[in-house]
Amino acid sequence: MTATLALSGCGGPFPQSTLHPRSDFARATDVLFTDIFWWAAAVFVVVELLLVVALVRFRHREGRPAPKPAHGHTLMEIAWTLAPAVILVFVAVPTVRTIFSTSGVAPADALKVQVIGHQWWWEFRYVDLALTTANELHVPAGKTVRVGITSADVIHSFWIPPLGGKRDAIPGQTNYIAFRADSTGDYSGQCAEFCGASHANMRLRVIVDTDSAFGAWAQNQLGPPVTPPKGSLAEQGKAVYARSACIGCHVIQGVSAGVIGPSLTHVGTRTTIASGLFPNDSAHLARWIADAPAMKPGSIMTRMQPPLSDGDIAALVAYLELLK
Amino acid sequence: MSGAPPPPTGLKSWLTTTDHKRIGLLYFWTAFSFFLIGGLEALVIRAQLARPDGHVVSAETFNQLFTMHGTTMVFLALMPLSASFFNYIVPLQIGARDVAFPRLNAFSYWVFLLGGLFLNASWLVGPLFRAGVLNVAPDGGWFGYANLTERQFSPGPNIDFWVLGLQILGISSLAAGFNFIVTILNLRAPGMKLMRLPAFTWMTLVTQFLIITAFPVITVALVFLMFDRFFGAHFYVHQAGATPVLWQHLFWLFGHPEVYILILPAMGIVSEVLPTFARKPLFGYTVVVYSGVLIGFMGWGVWSHHMFSVGLGPIADSVFAATTMLIAVPTGVKIFNWIATLWGGAIRGTTALHFAVGFIAMFIIGGLSGVTHASPPADLQQTDTYYVVAHIHYVLFGGTILGLFAGIYYWWPKMTGRLLSETLGKWHFWLQFVGMNLAFFPMHFIGLLGMPRRIYTYSADLGVSDLNLVSTIGAFLIAVSILVFLYNLWRTRRHGQRAPNDPWGGASLEWSISSPPPVYNFSVIPTVTSRLPRWQTEHHGPMQDPPAAPPAPIHVPGGSWWPLIAALGLPIMAVGAIAHTLWVVLAGAALLLVGIYCWAFEPFEV
Repeated sequence: MTATLALSGCGGPFPQSTLHPRSDFARATDVLFTDIFWWAAAVFVVVELLLVVALVRFRHREGRPAPKPAHGHTLMEIAWTLAPAVILVFVAVPTVRTIFSTSGVAPADALKVQVIGHQWWWEFRYVDLALTTANELHVPAGKTVRVGITSADVIHSFWIPPLGGKRDAIPGQTNYIAFRADSTGDYSGQCAEFCGASHANMRLRVIVDTDSAFGAWAQNQLGPPVTPPKGSLAEQGKAVYARSACIGCHVIQGVSAGVIGPSLTHVGTRTTIASGLFPNDSAHLARWIADAPAMKPGSIMTRMQPPLSDGDIAALVAYLELLK
Repeated sequence: MSGAPPPPTGLKSWLTTTDHKRIGLLYFWTAFSFFLIGGLEALVIRAQLARPDGHVVSAETFNQLFTMHGTTMVFLALMPLSASFFNYIVPLQIGARDVAFPRLNAFSYWVFLLGGLFLNASWLVGPLFRAGVLNVAPDGGWFGYANLTERQFSPGPNIDFWVLGLQILGISSLAAGFNFIVTILNLRAPGMKLMRLPAFTWMTLVTQFLIITAFPVITVALVFLMFDRFFGAHFYVHQAGATPVLWQHLFWLFGHPEVYILILPAMGIVSEVLPTFARKPLFGYTVVVYSGVLIGFMGWGVWSHHMFSVGLGPIADSVFAATTMLIAVPTGVKIFNWIATLWGGAIRGTTALHFAVGFIAMFIIGGLSGVTHASPPADLQQTDTYYVVAHIHYVLFGGTILGLFAGIYYWWPKMTGRLLSETLGKWHFWLQFVGMNLAFFPMHFIGLLGMPRRIYTYSADLGVSDLNLVSTIGAFLIAVSILVFLYNLWRTRRHGQRAPNDPWGGASLEWSISSPPPVYNFSVIPTVTSRLPRWQTEHHGPMQDPPAAPPAPIHVPGGSWWPLIAALGLPIMAVGAIAHTLWVVLAGAALLLVGIYCWAFEPFEV
């Protein structure tokens, strides 16, 4: 679909473009779309041309004889019934073939990931690795990933355009997609089904690594959380965390066991916070802890009541940043 | 007009009217007002999205705006604008004195008005719920997907307004649907066989059948949701063994026929305007009519193409892809017949013709992009993105709205007795044509580049900021075109040229009587001998127009208060439900029953 893109006059990078497929799945749907697009473009040109010619050629002029009252023409009716029908056969056959080839089937050795949509963040569970993380999905390049998609609350839709088309995350049901990323890279996506106040803020990232980098990442994620050094600011932060409302919703292995919000065991390894909305740095973390709904409307993580002191927040930020 | 009393005037005469022409005008002005409200909502949406990270409105307000924009345009603007022509034009085209059930017709209008006011009151009544103004309007999308719309996830009164408001509006549509089916089938003038009906009346008939079959489906869906929200039922709650996908099936089983409810009347208008201004009969009348009927039937077998990302499985996806592609065939046939109607004609470039041709040119774009998402794998990248927003606006703005404007310019002289300015009309057309393409064409790219729909903010990183700015500029250009149209209406009221019976040389019966028609329509009911009664064709000469004055006095029934009174019961019931106050619900129900009872026993002669 590079032709269409050229028309739009944009040359910059489009991280969520459907026209730059980066996986087998995305490529299959893109090829199909390109096919249909050219059929549609051809029909468009023919029909609009006929319309314009009719308008120019048969405009009313004084002195012309009255038009002949043609009521219809059976052969022409048959012709322009059959013509679109034949074109549609050329669209339908590859369509059905692609439906079956992209229906989420994957080889047995595929990496299996369970995606769970929440208002408004993503939970990722690596089924065979017993590993859970949030909002940033790591997968190896060149290996098929089979994603099972469901929801913990309302209907969401899981979508990373360069890697493949969306599937809805529906509570009580699991939908599957399978894709094999071409090469390493960093991709962005977001929820595509309206899911409430912060639907626009339910973004995600997919980091496609080499096999070995992915292995190292997984190894680290499976390990215990970092213990802050004695007497450090981060150690104070851990104490603040342990006595605050945080523990009700978040898990840090060995520290707290909440399951409502994202796991924080290795939160320091993530590049973004708030479901891909803000960079994971101390300034944004501090603002987020103090007043999450101000950064993400409707967020279930409410304003801290009573508010934490600036010192407590700074300590907490130091602790979270340490959790690599 | 000897033999007939002068038409009554004053507020009472409008509140009690049962004259289909007055009700048609009431529909027009009410629906057009809602169209302006829905348009303002669209402008705020576009202002917010003009730049990335916009701060014109909050997330919550934005969600209410796009919900009400969709709901308003579908239920309060486009459907009732079509209804305004059903009311005014259909009885004239079939040679009738009124619709079959004039008081039911008034009831339909009042229920529509009150239902629309009830829905829109939600913008203002926030303080009654200890919330701010602009806080309790519906915010679940015009499609209202469960389970987001369940009480658990939408605890406020927002969705209650939507659930109750749509049920009220459904009653209006259903009552009108039955009324027009009976009218078209039973009140045709002598000789007006079904295959002599004007194309617009035919498409009206198909639309009414779709309405009476589709609206019960959404009513069931809404009643389920109402039971879930008010009485703790679990129709869409997966923890109770149900599935929220049930809502989607029910909604789109209604929603896809609804698309044809919105487009078929406009297709009917285009099928009237093109022959008149090409001075040539509609090419392939029979095929155009049958393809309209076929679309009506096939529209029932395609609903799951709104659900290709739901995971229905490859077999279901393949079947719905096939049925959806098939429906392109009768649609294409219509387009070819319209072009063939123009071909060989003597085309007069009136404003109405501009809009009718604009309909064809723009509807093709919407139809073709529709084919690209009839293919489920391709649709996985398109559904719920701006690509689909582009598609529906090419169909419903490029199609329905341009078609309705063609109808307005075409029939305004008949409805008001004055001709709209053609110069202003052409300004209106070209501004709107350019505006809509600026507004909606970039949305194809915005969607393909990865911007989902229904998001109140987007990141500059997506690379779609400039395209969004162009789209916003287009939206405001559309607003300018509407201002030109409003000025045209205002100017015509005072200075418009008086319309003769037949300013355009039309073939159908409405052009045989004065503009506007007398209260009884036809001084003598015409006898119809052909499909083009007022035209000279190879087989017959034009019919004799009815005499200006009736040979004998014509009895015209007086008005009635009861349709309005009965209609008032419905919003009162809804207010009671929202306030969780049983006695108000019962009072509303009592008023409805009293209204219907007195209506039923009202003496015929008033």
